[in-house]
Amino acid sequence: MQLRNIKGRVSLATCSLLQVATPLAQAEGSDWDIDTAFLYYSESDNRVQAAEPAIYAGRNLGEDNRIDLRLVVDVLTGATPNGAHASTVPQTFTTPSGSGSYTTPAGETPLDDSFHDTRVAGAADWTISLDRLSKLILGINASTEYDYMSAGISAKYTRDFNNRNTTLTAGIAYNNDTISPVGGVPIEFAPMVQQNLPLNRDGASETKTISDFIIGVTQIVNRKTIIQLNYTFGLTDGYQNDPYKIVTVVDPVTGLPTLPAMAATGDLPYVYEKRPDSRQRNALFFNSAHHLTEDVIHFSYRYFWDDWGINSHTLDLRYRYQLASSYLMPHVRYYSQDAADFYTHNLKLGTDIDAATGTVSKQYASNDYRLAKSVTTTLGLKYGIPLSNNSEISMRGELIQQAISNDGVPAGEETPDLDALVLQLNYSLTW
Amino acid sequence: MRSVLLLTIVTLLAGCSSMGVEPWERDLLAKDSMQLVPDYFDNFYDEHIYFSKEASSGGQGVGGGGCGCN
Repeated sequence: MQLRNIKGRVSLATCSLLQVATPLAQAEGSDWDIDTAFLYYSESDNRVQAAEPAIYAGRNLGEDNRIDLRLVVDVLTGATPNGAHASTVPQTFTTPSGSGSYTTPAGETPLDDSFHDTRVAGAADWTISLDRLSKLILGINASTEYDYMSAGISAKYTRDFNNRNTTLTAGIAYNNDTISPVGGVPIEFAPMVQQNLPLNRDGASETKTISDFIIGVTQIVNRKTIIQLNYTFGLTDGYQNDPYKIVTVVDPVTGLPTLPAMAATGDLPYVYEKRPDSRQRNALFFNSAHHLTEDVIHFSYRYFWDDWGINSHTLDLRYRYQLASSYLMPHVRYYSQDAADFYTHNLKLGTDIDAATGTVSKQYASNDYRLAKSVTTTLGLKYGIPLSNNSEISMRGELIQQAISNDGVPAGEETPDLDALVLQLNYSLTW
Repeated sequence: MRSVLLLTIVTLLAGCSSMGVEPWERDLLAKDSMQLVPDYFDNFYDEHIYFSKEASSGGQGVGGGGCGCN
């Protein structure tokens, strides 16, 4: 889902102008734009830590044609919530491989710390000038990590109108992803079992396909303002469970994790989650840049809705404060989402799950905090300084706080807020 | 439905045609700082982080690949 827009053609309505601004590069077609970056991402409470170096290289091939390449490595370690909620008693879980276990003390949100992965992702875009006003951008992308592989293709068409003050965009993308969970694919709503017992797994891997469509218009309003409005529609078909997430089964009176009467020896009072195998996503996205005397304001808003019951609003504001030869850019982001229809704190014995047989009566259930009602706020600051006419170095720090709604959740079982720190270093060069 | 869509597009384009600048007025718009996405990698990382932590995605573009984000 990452953005495919590449520096230099992000604002398509001004693409031709950029080339006017660099006539030599256009004429020779030999300049490479190189961007390198390093991201350090750290969540509080020893949760996910990530180091992510990346490189982008783009080159004009002449006549408005260009090629853009990207390579990213993502090294992840740390602990992640397993889906069970905190309890007034200690809770013991089995690791995904089935060969180990871990115990969470009373009052703490259970985290699986066996999580570590390295992801390598690459992408290439080829921009083909069809005529003076229209372009076709063809893209391929692929990524691989220990338990996940993704490969995709995309095509985007853009055309300028109104003396190149208006650009219409239409595009499609298709991705095919394969997930191969550690220990195999969990059987939906089957119980987690104690370590070294036969796991409730079925098969080694599952797949899903992701189809995305975009239509958009970019408009130059006046000498100081450019705006963009996009609509994107996405359809995901196939396996969309998080295979490492479970849901706690509780006694409706005591609230403690409890097994149904017919539980097999070694069963634990947690079942693997189950989500729909189809999802339709929609987003309306407004973006703008406005030039003041020296400074620039960037503002965007996105309204998102899907057929899982999630609605969200995203507001993003960046202010580029121009100093003598460098700049500061404060950043504020606000995000708010509703819960998915099937988001559930737990499954209650006797109502959600048969007290005798353990059969779950709900169609779907997940306690993944990412599907909960939540608010994310981000505050950041960036400092950039040109080193010469053709290179720039910048750094930024961001603080992210995600507050998960605990409406209706009993005391002692709340999902804690997530705090994360982002540190990033960029170096860009044209040569 | 089609006629509504057509009408919307025509209205939009008609509205757009009254906006805009002449070629010699594009000095500010041509600056790097006036790109709709101010920094390629800032945006790339942000999209990746929030895709991993929130249930929403899309709006800016299509394609780009998935991840088994935990």
